[in-house]
Amino acid sequence: MNDMTPIKTTPKDWETDQEVRWCPGCGDYAILKAVQRTMPEIGGTPENTVFVSGIGCSSRFPYYMETYGFHTIHGRAPAVATGVKLANPDLDVWVISGDGDALSIGGNHTMHMLRRNLDCQFLLFNNEIYGLTKGQYSPTSREGTRSPSTPFGSVDHPTKPCAFALGAGARFVARAIDVSKQLVDVLKSAHAHKGTAFVEIFQNCIVYNADVFAGFTEKANRDHQLWLENGKPMLFAGDTKGIALDVASLSLKVVEVVDGNWEAAGVLVHDVTNRTVAHMLVEMPFGEFPMALGVLYDDPRPTFDSAVFEQNAAVTKGKLPNLQKLISTGQTWTVDA
Amino acid sequence: MAIAARIDAPDNASPLQSSEAVVVRFAGDSGDGMQLTGGQFTLSSALAGNDFATFPDFPAEIRAPLGTLFGVSAFQINFGSSEIETAGDAPDVLVAMNPAALKTNVKDLKPGGLIIADSGEFTARNLAKAEYDANPLEDDSLGKWQLIQFNISQLTLDAVKPFGLGNKEALRCKNMWTLGLSLWMFDRDRQPIIDWLKDKFAKNPVLADANIAALNAGHAYGETAEIGQPGMVAIPQRHVSAAPVEPGLYRTITGADAVAYGLVAGCQLADVKMFFGGYPITPASSILHALSRLKEYGVMTFQAEDEIAAIASAIGASYAGQLGVTSSSGPGIALKTEAIGLAVMTELPLVIVNSQRGGPSTGLPTKTEQSDLYQAVYGRNGDTPLPVIAARSPSDAFDCAIEAVRIATQFMTPVILLTDGYIANAAEPWKVPDMSTYQPFPVTFLDHVPEGGFKPYGRDNKLARPWVKPGTPGLRHRIGGIEKQVDTGHINYSPENHQAMTDLRKNKVDGVADHIPDQDVCLGTTSGKLAMVGWGSTFGPIHQAVRRARAKGMDVSHIHLRHIWPMPKNLGELLKSYDTVIVPEMNTGQLKTVLRDQYLVDAKPLNKVSGQPFRIAEIEAAIEEALA
Repeated sequence: MNDMTPIKTTPKDWETDQEVRWCPGCGDYAILKAVQRTMPEIGGTPENTVFVSGIGCSSRFPYYMETYGFHTIHGRAPAVATGVKLANPDLDVWVISGDGDALSIGGNHTMHMLRRNLDCQFLLFNNEIYGLTKGQYSPTSREGTRSPSTPFGSVDHPTKPCAFALGAGARFVARAIDVSKQLVDVLKSAHAHKGTAFVEIFQNCIVYNADVFAGFTEKANRDHQLWLENGKPMLFAGDTKGIALDVASLSLKVVEVVDGNWEAAGVLVHDVTNRTVAHMLVEMPFGEFPMALGVLYDDPRPTFDSAVFEQNAAVTKGKLPNLQKLISTGQTWTVDA
Repeated sequence: MAIAARIDAPDNASPLQSSEAVVVRFAGDSGDGMQLTGGQFTLSSALAGNDFATFPDFPAEIRAPLGTLFGVSAFQINFGSSEIETAGDAPDVLVAMNPAALKTNVKDLKPGGLIIADSGEFTARNLAKAEYDANPLEDDSLGKWQLIQFNISQLTLDAVKPFGLGNKEALRCKNMWTLGLSLWMFDRDRQPIIDWLKDKFAKNPVLADANIAALNAGHAYGETAEIGQPGMVAIPQRHVSAAPVEPGLYRTITGADAVAYGLVAGCQLADVKMFFGGYPITPASSILHALSRLKEYGVMTFQAEDEIAAIASAIGASYAGQLGVTSSSGPGIALKTEAIGLAVMTELPLVIVNSQRGGPSTGLPTKTEQSDLYQAVYGRNGDTPLPVIAARSPSDAFDCAIEAVRIATQFMTPVILLTDGYIANAAEPWKVPDMSTYQPFPVTFLDHVPEGGFKPYGRDNKLARPWVKPGTPGLRHRIGGIEKQVDTGHINYSPENHQAMTDLRKNKVDGVADHIPDQDVCLGTTSGKLAMVGWGSTFGPIHQAVRRARAKGMDVSHIHLRHIWPMPKNLGELLKSYDTVIVPEMNTGQLKTVLRDQYLVDAKPLNKVSGQPFRIAEIEAAIEEALA
């Protein structure tokens, strides 16, 4: 129906004329810029791109992308996106969600989208707080979070988005920081993955949860970032430390790397297709361990949409629709004139 | 099938009694196969040329404990040589496969009616489960009915002995023995049932043969007993002649199948593909089942993770350029409510089918009710109008589904189609329509920037906004649940704009009334003493009751609404032309309230909320009382 040849675009081509309504200094601005920078690099076509979001600060995102966009209802973006993709698999579908939207009210849809492996990008802006409703604690808020609804501190255990995604069957799991320069590369990898590409983006809510990620995002704390690259050793803190396997306990451990000799220290080489290690990486407790960032896991398998279309093509092969015949079959009889 | 009643003159040469219409109810344990027996008896009635209506009535439990009162499953069929509109009030014949089936059903049997009971199941244990102190087959408690009892269980075991089945498997053939006897009683051909059994058990010929043997044995029993073998009870045989109907091709159809086919037909007429998002729920699942086999008709079916995802995915598909359809029953519709609001706000076409069941909450999942009218018309946050259509019978559901697709696509709006558990499950004969007689209503997708610029929320003369497929160059736009600015669709919270958009949404839906037929009077006159005004599956009993009353000379007419919202433009004037208006409904008076609100008419309620359809006699009594 359309000419699908990608046209060369610039980040500017992906900006709408709408006034952006996030708080000044919000991490969402950086993510928006990164996505607008990513689109030309992946050869995206604005009219073949659809952004689907739920409800929350993050979910205003589609209004600011010069593409097709659907700002749906709280938690339901994955379900709407499933309908969009099944109705037109040629569309490049991006789901934009937040920690409350994707993991609380919409946790069920997130889980099923990941298990089915619909071909789309799923960006979860995690700020560990409900921003749009003025600061209540969220399912990713740490224990003890004081908020209007938990004035004495929250008592429930938070969920880890990437662990949730892996548990639900995700085949691509990545992490990035709103202002990190690597975000564009992570988004490009997510787009290159066929299937649901789950990206958790640590997003700083400057009004209700400022600096909650400072422990690894601050300049002074960069040593606590472990940027993973496929085929490269898991090194951090200026390559002075690494992640190794403690064989006795079958768990990860931090090891010191002396004189750059990471092999001697037993540092693991990152293999994006290793699901077992991915499970360990997303579960590493921060503090004792660094924050694992980048593409943690990437091992594609057939997507839901391709399976649906293959089956539909197979079962309809050679069958011609004939409604008159269809309604004329079954338990029939003829009454003569 | 609008043919006047006809009673065949009894043929003196024939030993058969001739009857105009007969009501038979098969009742047994939920594992006894009564729905299957009923379904095959229905087929045989159709092949005999009878008009008929059926009413399956089964428990919510898939396999309730054997022999219990709550585990009884029943199937009623009313068949006759004249027009049949309901499954019948009181059965003439009750087949009771165990004490519990007898106990729960015998009170409905006509005085003098016939009970056929399997005495082999009237054991002390089963009698206790059915809470009988004494065996009713042995005392005179069934005195006002005719009772025929024999040990169907033993007779079946004897008949299938040569096939070497286990006791449990052998007893499963009981329903075919019973069906065989029933076929003999009503002078029916066994061959179609034999063909069906061979087909059903094609992979297990022994079971096919055993079932056929049981069927034949039941039939032979009737025949032999008639001759007056010693120790056998003679069984009355009746012949019900073919109903005079318009010539043509007929088939049996359930409401669920009619909805599925109607949706397919509607999408063909609209020239659009269908996306069906569903989630299993009784009694609506059969629509999902039927559509999932029709992929070659451009139907995509998606069993979602929940009711919300079912409708949300359908909305996503509508946004992407297919017609989104979802279906459920009351509790599921409640879950979909927020998403219906999104479809109203984003002005996307969508069809929502509600096969109503008894409520509130989980309510009566397998019983019928029409108590979701308020939910359909009013049940959303905000001023959120949408068109509502109700089917009156299984076959009517076909045309109603087409109408729902027409309105949804022509007006860019969600539409609710109401059926109910009775319509969904019941079967009736349907004269197969000629699809070439339906007027197509093709949709137009906007695919270029129109003169004056593209306005995502611009309007045509029906106030519908343009439908644009994502992927179309030059027409990129964003939609969502936040209030839209007139024309541009941008976010806009201003007071004037919200007033304007609220008015637009209301006027658009109100305007549907300009594109639907005027309300007709389906029986009677356009003015007079009394109008019985109904909607949905109460059509049959209201129609028959009005017909009987008119035959007695009473001034009563029947009006039946298909368009619940907006209502036909002439309805207010029409209702005011009667002295009295009565609204029979299987709820506590929902349509009655809407009619009072819309037209200030003194509509009077006639309500029944027992999970069972109205009886003709109940409505007849109300007519007589009103005109007394």
